Amino acid sequence: MPSLKDLRNRIASVKATQKITKAMQMVAAAKLRRAQTAAEAARPYAERMETVLANLASGISGGGPALLSGTGKSETHLLIVATAERGLCGGFNSSIVRLARERILALQAEGKTVKILCVGKKGYEQLKRQFEKLIVEVVDLRSVRQIGFENADPIGKKVIGWFEEGQFDVATLFYSKFRSVIAQIPTAQQLIPADIQCGAPLSGAYECEPGEDEILAALLPRNISVQIFRGLLENAASEQGARMSAMDNATRNAGEMIKKQTTIYNRSRQAMITKELIEIISGAEAL
Amino acid sequence: MATFHFELVSPEKLLYSGEVEAVVVPGIEGLFTVMKDHAPVMTVLKAGVIEIDEAANKKTKLFVRGGFADVAGSLTILAESAKPLEELNAAQLAQEIQNAEEDLADATSETAKKQASEKIDQLKELQAALAA
Repeated sequence: MPSLKDLRNRIASVKATQKITKAMQMVAAAKLRRAQTAAEAARPYAERMETVLANLASGISGGGPALLSGTGKSETHLLIVATAERGLCGGFNSSIVRLARERILALQAEGKTVKILCVGKKGYEQLKRQFEKLIVEVVDLRSVRQIGFENADPIGKKVIGWFEEGQFDVATLFYSKFRSVIAQIPTAQQLIPADIQCGAPLSGAYECEPGEDEILAALLPRNISVQIFRGLLENAASEQGARMSAMDNATRNAGEMIKKQTTIYNRSRQAMITKELIEIISGAEAL
Repeated sequence: MATFHFELVSPEKLLYSGEVEAVVVPGIEGLFTVMKDHAPVMTVLKAGVIEIDEAANKKTKLFVRGGFADVAGSLTILAESAKPLEELNAAQLAQEIQNAEEDLADATSETAKKQASEKIDQLKELQAALAA
């Protein structure tokens, strides 16, 4: 049986923790709003880009550039795993890593070579345990407060550089799609070869300046950066959403715990008073 | 005058969306004006100024740092980055040129070198226009 002082201490410490989780939840809520607006603001560009690419790609007969049609093999896979830099956000990081891990094991079982590019510290820490040798690079975005296109572009350029050097055949981006505060969907998106739904071919002649091939050659690398950028933004929104609901849960749990501990505290305090009273009364009767 | 739909988007956000009368676009092979019912064209942009005619006497000028323009009934410009021309001053432009020159110095492949030197030319042209 813990003493009254122990119980008091316990309640105080849970209360302090509750304050922290509450504050974190509020911070996450504010950041979420910002991240969500950023993700929504970036959507039109990526969507227009897709339309434009689909328009162009449907007009091209035959293979087209390697970024569109691939290298013709799928021996080496590059997995870009984008996670958060910080923890305490529920299952956010783990669920992305789990999806990536399943893919890695499946690819390895097929006898393919796998390379991993980690964006974000948490994913690196989790993947390092099992696949340290496969990780080719880690991108640290810890100092970045608001992800801008200038953060995503270097990653895209790096990936394209590797592709041109023939270091891999297929690139896939792993991130978490933001659906709502309680639902984030870990997603794998194929970047190279570009996964474009070709619409109906455009009616009439589409004039191109300079030429179709030159435009595609300029557009496709840009598309990679844009897709990575969009993934990172979705990820940022998902992270804050996940943290918000995780911290909300933690706050609620702390509340319950405080309630329980307070009941125990009050009961034992009452029991002590009753005991003392009985002692006094029985002492008086004995006289 | 007849209007058509125009959209200017940068990776970060939608910068402009609305009905306009005419837009002057700095295409890689020269300036061209898009008006209603323009034939479908797709072109790469060079660094330069976009001029938007919303109505007879209302003009907006924006500086873009390259990108793509897609004309298909409506005009969509995917800009690398864009900002109002008033916000662009000589110092920033000089900075851009310096960046491009650094790119040129760092460039290893032939195509990258060509791209960087083209960019410098475009920016210098713009600098001259701004100074005039």
